[in-house]
Amino acid sequence: MTPLTGYLLVAALLFAIGLAGALTRRNAILVLIGIELMLNAANLNFIAFWRYGPHPEALTGMMFAIFSIAVAAAEAAVGLGLVIQIHRHAHTTDLDQMNRMKG
Amino acid sequence: MSIVFFAIAGLSVAGALAAVALKNTVHCALALTVAFAGLALLFLELDAQFAGFAQILVYIGAVAILVVFAILLTRGSETPKDGIYSTKWLLGLVTASGIFAVLAWAVLHSTWALPGPEGAPTAAPAVTVMDIGNALMGRYVLPLEIVALLLTSALIGAVIVAMHEKESAQ
Repeated sequence: MTPLTGYLLVAALLFAIGLAGALTRRNAILVLIGIELMLNAANLNFIAFWRYGPHPEALTGMMFAIFSIAVAAAEAAVGLGLVIQIHRHAHTTDLDQMNRMKG
Repeated sequence: MSIVFFAIAGLSVAGALAAVALKNTVHCALALTVAFAGLALLFLELDAQFAGFAQILVYIGAVAILVVFAILLTRGSETPKDGIYSTKWLLGLVTASGIFAVLAWAVLHSTWALPGPEGAPTAAPAVTVMDIGNALMGRYVLPLEIVALLLTSALIGAVIVAMHEKESAQ
């Protein structure tokens, strides 16, 4: 097994764990945690391909990962703000109980 | 494949598993921090120092703290009576396992268009933070500005969304 294969397998495993968390948990915050894990797995792929790719000096994968980290931070802030507002409105973070678009 | 890689990868995967499987939501957030730290170590192991330290600053320093705040503000640490998993948890688990199987099969059965025999260890790329700064201010200046705009709008949007409305409180 080459190093690149190892990193890609770890990233695939982390992505699957994040997806399983996002699909199976009831708590909205836990779903956001799963989404963050999936984004991180994608970042690991970018960095691994940057490291073992043919032109690391072009910095493409590195830049993509850095911008992805910034976008994920914005996503986490807005997502958790939404969860807090929904909890204030409906007094629950249970996604199975959030079945109405209209308050 | 070095022993260091396996240790760090095991730490990250264990942290991620605990983050999605533990019962207490606060414990999940702490396990998530472990997973983020493991990923930062993986970045450092891949000679991506800047991305690794950005990961530590942004994820452990900001996102994990934000998650803990959200959990405490929503009293999410209380375990719900009817279980922590959604009603369709089996479907989700099967979907996730299937996607991992497909990804692992694709990774293991691909031929790499990369220098060296199938991505064999190459010399560490000589990339300094100065090169990254030059690239950010040169070739990638437009994405940088767009990210600055996105972060500003996300900041304002998150504050507006979470802002307490006095009218609705009564």
